Amino acid sequence: MALDDTLIARHGDELYEALASGSTVPNLRDRAGGVTNEDAYRIQARMIERRLAAGETVVGKKIGVTSKGVQTMLGVFEPDFGILTSGMVYPDGATIPAGTLIQPKAEGEIAFVLKRDLRGPGITAAEVIAATDYVSACFEIVDSRISDWDIKIQDTIADNASCGVYVLGQDKVDPRDVDLALAGMVAERNGEIVVTGSGAAVQGSPANAVAWLANTLGRLGTPLLAGETILSGALAPMYLFEPGDTLTMRVGGIGACSISFAKEAAHA
Amino acid sequence: MLDVTQINAITDIVDAAQSNAKPIPMLTIDYPGLSLDDGYAVMDELLRRWEARGREFYGYKAGLTSRAKMVQMGVDVPCFGLMMRDTCDPEGGTIPTSGLIHPRVEAEIAFVMKDDLAGPEVTVEQVYAATDYVQPAIEIIDSRFENFKFDLASVVADNCSSARVVLGGRPRRPEELDLAALGVVLEVNGEPLAYAASGAVLGHPAHVIQLLVKWLHGRGQILKAGTVVLAGAMTEAHYIHPGDSICARFQDMSSISMKVS
Repeated sequence: MALDDTLIARHGDELYEALASGSTVPNLRDRAGGVTNEDAYRIQARMIERRLAAGETVVGKKIGVTSKGVQTMLGVFEPDFGILTSGMVYPDGATIPAGTLIQPKAEGEIAFVLKRDLRGPGITAAEVIAATDYVSACFEIVDSRISDWDIKIQDTIADNASCGVYVLGQDKVDPRDVDLALAGMVAERNGEIVVTGSGAAVQGSPANAVAWLANTLGRLGTPLLAGETILSGALAPMYLFEPGDTLTMRVGGIGACSISFAKEAAHA
Repeated sequence: MLDVTQINAITDIVDAAQSNAKPIPMLTIDYPGLSLDDGYAVMDELLRRWEARGREFYGYKAGLTSRAKMVQMGVDVPCFGLMMRDTCDPEGGTIPTSGLIHPRVEAEIAFVMKDDLAGPEVTVEQVYAATDYVQPAIEIIDSRFENFKFDLASVVADNCSSARVVLGGRPRRPEELDLAALGVVLEVNGEPLAYAASGAVLGHPAHVIQLLVKWLHGRGQILKAGTVVLAGAMTEAHYIHPGDSICARFQDMSSISMKVS
């Protein structure tokens, strides 16, 4: 049975307040038995509504749970999605202030910036390419407002697909000029390689993931809009880092980006 | 350092294991004094015997090229093994594995040299200039040791697990590629098993060629024009079985397909 609007709002508010205060809440199965994916997306919408009310704007979407490994772990057969807001974007090379994130992990991705709207259903990967202005390397720093990342699929959906912050590389490449399914990705932490991967890890090709999103949102009457940034999913497993670290990544044929994390503020 | 009689005795053991596909215990169990240099001495003796039998040297393969494997084995340089011409199979064919013990495949980038490279330190630019082309490779490795118990000296004496190699796909000039982050997908029976990028090999596969030239220099040798070098596994090794279809797809370098019998 679907949760009523009051419960949806309460869970969305709790997640927003956890985000705003840098704290965590227990997972939904302990707080809202029987929560469905649809409920979870309504909770997500409430959490985003709160961010917009606080002055942020929507700048795009992210696709999560795109690898077979993560889908198996969560017991699902398709990705999920979250909303990118203006407060999540940092410039390439930025240092993220201490306290911004709770329990972050890093994912190397390919970002699509659209030049035309995509209105599903019925969108193919070819139409995604045609509607894409450019692709860039992207670090998505995922984070969870759920205690200890103890998540089921409904938890991560409700928590805006575990989105934290992201940076885009400065190189903008026409998607016609790169082999998206085979684009390699090398991610480093303080100069040491941590993971490598390639485009096919994302739904066979990152363009397939964007088509999935256009079609999934299209069935709800929501288009992907020209100018929006779409983070297409992790090219390799996410990895841990510590305050004080600098992370760099490179996507073959596209470019590189980096992000640093300030050490914890010294206690007075 | 073991003496010549011991090196010859170990070579007999390895040679028989490789020829008969019969696993052997880790060599340091019976020869606890076996050092890394001894391991390479066994490899040299293997090469001498192979050439005496009319087999032809073809190139080198690098092993232990990922940071994870180096840490696991407690080393800070890769190991290098030998490839013989008769272990090369054409792409699109069927590779017999009956002569192998527990074969696994890895996707790699091969460097084909057009000029000699020599000296203790060569630059990436010199490596590129001396390279005729790079091309995709699938290496079939086969450790001859029982129960996967081995140490570095034993692995080197076993020719760094070298078994067979398939070169194919599209030859490219290295400077036309993004060799720091060139992607690969390894598929077995249509199922993708590994997604990786060339940076998994010491950050850049040309670094392996630099270390190979340095290693050869230490042995009084050079990397000769015409030699083929497998620069090390981009992916983890995956077991193969008769009937399998293997495909490795490389960014901007096409792919290699083969069957296993």
